[in-house]
Amino acid sequence: MQEESCQTSVDLSRIAAIAGRYKDEPDQLMRILLEIQSCCGNSIPREAATVISSVTGIPEAKIWGYITFYAMFSDKPRGKYIIRMCKSAPCHIVGAQAVAQAISEYLGIAPGETTEDGMFTLEYCECIGMCDTAPAIMINDSVHSGLTPESAVELIKSYQQGGAE
Amino acid sequence: MMQETRIALRFVGKYNPDSIEEFCALGGYEGLRKAVEMGQKNLIQEVSDASLWGYGGAAFPTGRKWSVVAATKGKQKYVVCDADEGEPGTNKDRVIMTGDPHSLLEGMAIAGFAVGADMGYIYLRYEYPQLFPVLEKAIDDARKAGYLGRNLFGSKFCFDVKVVSGGGAYVCGEETALLESIEGKRGEPRYKPPYPSEAGLFGCPTVINNVETLAIVPSIVLNGGNWYASIGIGHHHGTKVFTLSGNLVNRGVYEYPRGITLRQLIEDVGGGCPDGHRLLGVQTGGASGNIISVDMIDFPMDVEDCAAAGATFGTGDIMVFDDTQDVLEIVENLLEFFTHESCGKCTPCREGNTRLLQLIRKIRRGDGTMEDLDTLQDLCQTMKDCSLCGLGQASPTPVISTLKNFRNVYLNKIERGGKE
Repeated sequence: MQEESCQTSVDLSRIAAIAGRYKDEPDQLMRILLEIQSCCGNSIPREAATVISSVTGIPEAKIWGYITFYAMFSDKPRGKYIIRMCKSAPCHIVGAQAVAQAISEYLGIAPGETTEDGMFTLEYCECIGMCDTAPAIMINDSVHSGLTPESAVELIKSYQQGGAE
Repeated sequence: MMQETRIALRFVGKYNPDSIEEFCALGGYEGLRKAVEMGQKNLIQEVSDASLWGYGGAAFPTGRKWSVVAATKGKQKYVVCDADEGEPGTNKDRVIMTGDPHSLLEGMAIAGFAVGADMGYIYLRYEYPQLFPVLEKAIDDARKAGYLGRNLFGSKFCFDVKVVSGGGAYVCGEETALLESIEGKRGEPRYKPPYPSEAGLFGCPTVINNVETLAIVPSIVLNGGNWYASIGIGHHHGTKVFTLSGNLVNRGVYEYPRGITLRQLIEDVGGGCPDGHRLLGVQTGGASGNIISVDMIDFPMDVEDCAAAGATFGTGDIMVFDDTQDVLEIVENLLEFFTHESCGKCTPCREGNTRLLQLIRKIRRGDGTMEDLDTLQDLCQTMKDCSLCGLGQASPTPVISTLKNFRNVYLNKIERGGKE
């Protein structure tokens, strides 16, 4: 189910509603933030920490500290699809670099950058647990493994075609 | 290929994880029923007799862990399943949870009964988002069928399970960092003591077990501790799920009796290196495991034998590399990983990994000196001795082991200034 997007202007009331759903449940902070991130264009705006703090009572600094600790969160705007390319050793020794280079060249962006149309953000990540079928990447929540430079580019193309619908 | 002995993987591929009926038709949740009937004390005895160890890397005896938490007084206790499988080269837990989520739940409920906990958490790493709905569906099905919830099998025992997501932090595989993360905090390890068995999740007595360990428990309850202990080869007990990765023909996840040799795993199971290449070395146990050379692989895979052979048992990861690889490039890659994943709480790990990486890069560039090798050795020892948690204590292992087993590679780089 696709969350309604609040990407262009930060919809603070929506963030407050998500936080309110899990009030008084400290073990749900990760879930709150993942939901907010998915509905805020794959990033968490600075104002979100203020809003979550006022709803949950957790100090704002703690929330911001939490967001900046975990690799899966970003406070910078990212594309519709985040391509996370595994660079850990089991992927590395079976050709992850060539796959990463092919994707980077095809999209014309370096890791850490977003394509001009806002479709893709390219990132390196550590082990995604596909070691026995490496090299592997994640595109948002989908995992793709057993890649070659050629098949990786074909995969990105399929996302471009799907996204153009 | 040698025949596998599948216990942790007993039902993987045997039923549709969507169907609790199919799981029960295979005898699923019968272990839980038997556990509740046999009582806490007998149950812990069976698990102790089984010589079951933690398969998340630390190899702590499961029976002993349970008996400590069972003996600790507390109104609220927790069972936490560490499904934060972030060790590069290991993806066995993903295979178990994908194919057989119910054996994990059954194992958790049995652990809950053993220690007197009524609540369980599965801390699932962010990188396995596809498993979140699988586990939640399995939990929901188990509740509806009466295998989770209140007064199970007509007893006083109540147990429920919640799944929480990680956020992409390797350090959360460290048990106290994992607890911090569930509590809605940065995943930074705690000082120990107190240990989680006394003051764990939300300050309550907590037992933390790995996915593989918990998935084995129902079979032990059904067949007896001695049965499981008798499976290993020779004097070894039980089985282990190994993840074979790197330059191998048959990469994959396989379960074999403990005591199978590393050579058998690489050659018979893994099929050796592809394309006629020669085996150069292996890293065993995970990213923080020892890197050993091709002439060192004739030993049985078990905790003590690995230690004696200069290898690491760890999570059962076997990452093989052939003669097309540069050992120092692999070491650099591993140090990049640890530099990125160090949480920064303690200085030896935060600064140490960064300095190790700088030194390895310097040597790879051809600018290294013999003095740098001494500095590496010294720094590694400091990190081992002084880091707060297992991450910083173990991350120098690839450096220490390659300085020993691949010393000529370092010397060549230094003497020839990087020129081949």
